[in-house]
Amino acid sequence: MLTLYGKDLASRLLLGTSQYPSPATMSEAIRQSGASVVTVSLRREMSGGRTGGDFWGLIQSLALDVLPNTAGCHSVKEAVTTAQMAREVFGTNWIKLEVIGEHDTLQPDVFGLVEAARILSEDGFAVFPYTTTDLVVAERLLEAGCRVLMPWCAPIGSAMGPVDLFALRAIRGHFPETPLIIDAGLGRPSHAAQVMEMGFDAVLLNTAVAKAGDPVGMARAFGKAVEAGREAFVSGMLEPRDMAAPSTPVIGQAVFT
Amino acid sequence: MFSDQPPLSPNALRGQIRGQDGRRPGRMLVIGAGVAGLAVAHALAARGVDVTVAEISDGIFDSASWFAGGMLAPWCERESAEEEVVTLGKAAADWWDRAVPAEVQRRGTLVLARPRDASELARFASRTSNHEAVDEAAIAALEPDLAGTFRKGLYFSGEAHIDPRRVLAGLQSRLAAQGVTFRFATDGRTVQGYDHVIDCTGFGDSKPGLRGVRGEMLILHAPDVSITRPVRLLHPRFPLYVVPRDDHHFMIGATMIETTDSRPVTVRSAMEFLNAAYGLHPAFGEASIVEMGVGIRPSYPDNLPRVTCAGNTISINGLYRHGFLLAPAMAEKAAALLFKDVET
Repeated sequence: MLTLYGKDLASRLLLGTSQYPSPATMSEAIRQSGASVVTVSLRREMSGGRTGGDFWGLIQSLALDVLPNTAGCHSVKEAVTTAQMAREVFGTNWIKLEVIGEHDTLQPDVFGLVEAARILSEDGFAVFPYTTTDLVVAERLLEAGCRVLMPWCAPIGSAMGPVDLFALRAIRGHFPETPLIIDAGLGRPSHAAQVMEMGFDAVLLNTAVAKAGDPVGMARAFGKAVEAGREAFVSGMLEPRDMAAPSTPVIGQAVFT
Repeated sequence: MFSDQPPLSPNALRGQIRGQDGRRPGRMLVIGAGVAGLAVAHALAARGVDVTVAEISDGIFDSASWFAGGMLAPWCERESAEEEVVTLGKAAADWWDRAVPAEVQRRGTLVLARPRDASELARFASRTSNHEAVDEAAIAALEPDLAGTFRKGLYFSGEAHIDPRRVLAGLQSRLAAQGVTFRFATDGRTVQGYDHVIDCTGFGDSKPGLRGVRGEMLILHAPDVSITRPVRLLHPRFPLYVVPRDDHHFMIGATMIETTDSRPVTVRSAMEFLNAAYGLHPAFGEASIVEMGVGIRPSYPDNLPRVTCAGNTISINGLYRHGFLLAPAMAEKAAALLFKDVET
C-alpha cells in the first residue's frame, strides 16, 4: 500500500480537478478512476465568494483526500501565501508545491522551490514538491523537509509521456526509499503503465483525462493502467534478451512437423 | 380587467390558457429580466398571455446576459459541451431572428491557432462537426485583417452571433410595445396576484445544485481592426474569443472560474486577455479599453440548463455559458409546460 506522510492510500492514481467539461463529468471521472486523492487549485477557483452547492461542495462530496496545490505561483512568497490560505480553506497540511519558473514550459523554478519547501516544512506542512528529475534538486528538497517527491516526466499538459528514461531511472535508483510520484506530462494510459513498471510509486495527472473525448472512459483506462504497471513492477518483469526462448521445450520432438 | 388584455393569438385560443377563476387568461409573472426572462416573456406574449416582468435592478443591465459574448455557436461549443447543447441550440439563430429581426449576423465562426498550437486545432476539429478546414488564403478571404497571421483554422459556416445588449434592449422594447408590463427595482418574490410565476433569476444562494461560474470580459474599441465574425483563438492555457460589435468595438472573453466572487476583473485575467488579443492582431495594441465586466453564470453540475416546476412556479436556470444559445429552447419548453399545465 502507498503511504504518503503517514497516510495509507488505496490507489496509486492522483487526479486533478480542472479543465473538465462539467463538474458532473469530473465527479464521475474521479469515481471511475478509483483515485483516492484529488488535487485542487486554490489560486483561481474558490478564492472568495460563497460556498455551498458550488464547486468546493462537489469536491467535498467525493469524500476523498484533497491535495491543494499552488498552481500558477511564480514566486516563493506567492506560493507560501497560497499554501497558507489552502490550509485554512481545505483544512489539511498537505500541499502540492508548484513554483513556476518559465511560462512556456511551466518548468519549476527549482531554487524557489527548495526555498519555499523549507519554509513550508518548518511551518508544519507536508510538502509534495513538483520538481524536475534533477538529482541534486531532489536531494535539496529532502534536506528541506520533503518526504515525497513529484518529478515531472514532461512539461505540464504536454501529453508527451516519459521523454527522458535515463533521468527517470536515475532518480528512482537514487531515492529507493522516497515515495516518487510522476507529476505532469503523461498523455496516455500506456505512459502511466510504463512509469509504474519502472517502479514509481504513483502518478498524478489531470489534462490527459479532463481533455479526453470521454473523460470518464479515459479515467477508467488510466486507473487500470496504473494498477497494471504497479502489479507488473511488483511481480518482476522479464528482461529483454537477444535470443529467442521457446515457451514450450522442443527437445525430444520432431524439428519439422 | 379582461378588456385590458392584449388580443389572444390563435395559438393561445387553441391552448385556452386560463386563470384560477377558469375564465380569463392566466396572468403570468416573469421574475428576472436577463436573457431567460425576456425570452420566456416573448414566448408567452406570442401566445397571447398577459405577462409582467419584474426585475430587481433598475434596468436590464444587471444580469449575467449583459456581459455575454452573444455567439450562437452550438457546433463550436460541442468541443467541451454535451451533444444536447447542439440539439437545443441549433435553432437559436432562427428564433432570435424572429424575436428581434435584423440583429442576427450569420457569418459563421473562425477558429484559429498559432502553428505552435496546431495540436489544439486538431483536437478541436476531432471534438466538433459542421466545420471545414481553412488555409491561409481562405482565412484571408474570410477576414482580410487576419491575412498572413495564421496558416490553419476551422470555419463553422452555420454559426451566427448577436450583440446581447442590442438584442436585450430590442426585445424589451418590442415586448413593451406588445403590452408586456415591466416593473423594475421590484423584488418579484414579493409581488402577488399572478396565476403562474416563471423564475428566471439566475444564480442565487440556496438554490439546490446551482453554482456560480465567474466570467470576465473586456470591451475594446479598435478603430484599426476590422473583424466581422467571432474568432476563437485556441491556446493550451489562454484560449480567447473575440466577438465583433458595432463600429470597431470588440467583446473579448471570457474566463471560466469556479467562484461566485463578483469583484472587478483581476489583473491576471485582463493581462491574459490583452496579451492574447494583441497576439491575434497587433492593432489591438492601440485599442482603447472601453469596459471590463464580470458576470456570474448560473450552472448545474452537468453545465446544462433545466426547466423545473414547483407549485405554480416554473424555473428556468443553469444556462451556464449558453444564455443566448439555449434560452430560446428553454423559453419554449417552459411555455409549453405552462400551456399543458393549464389545459389539464
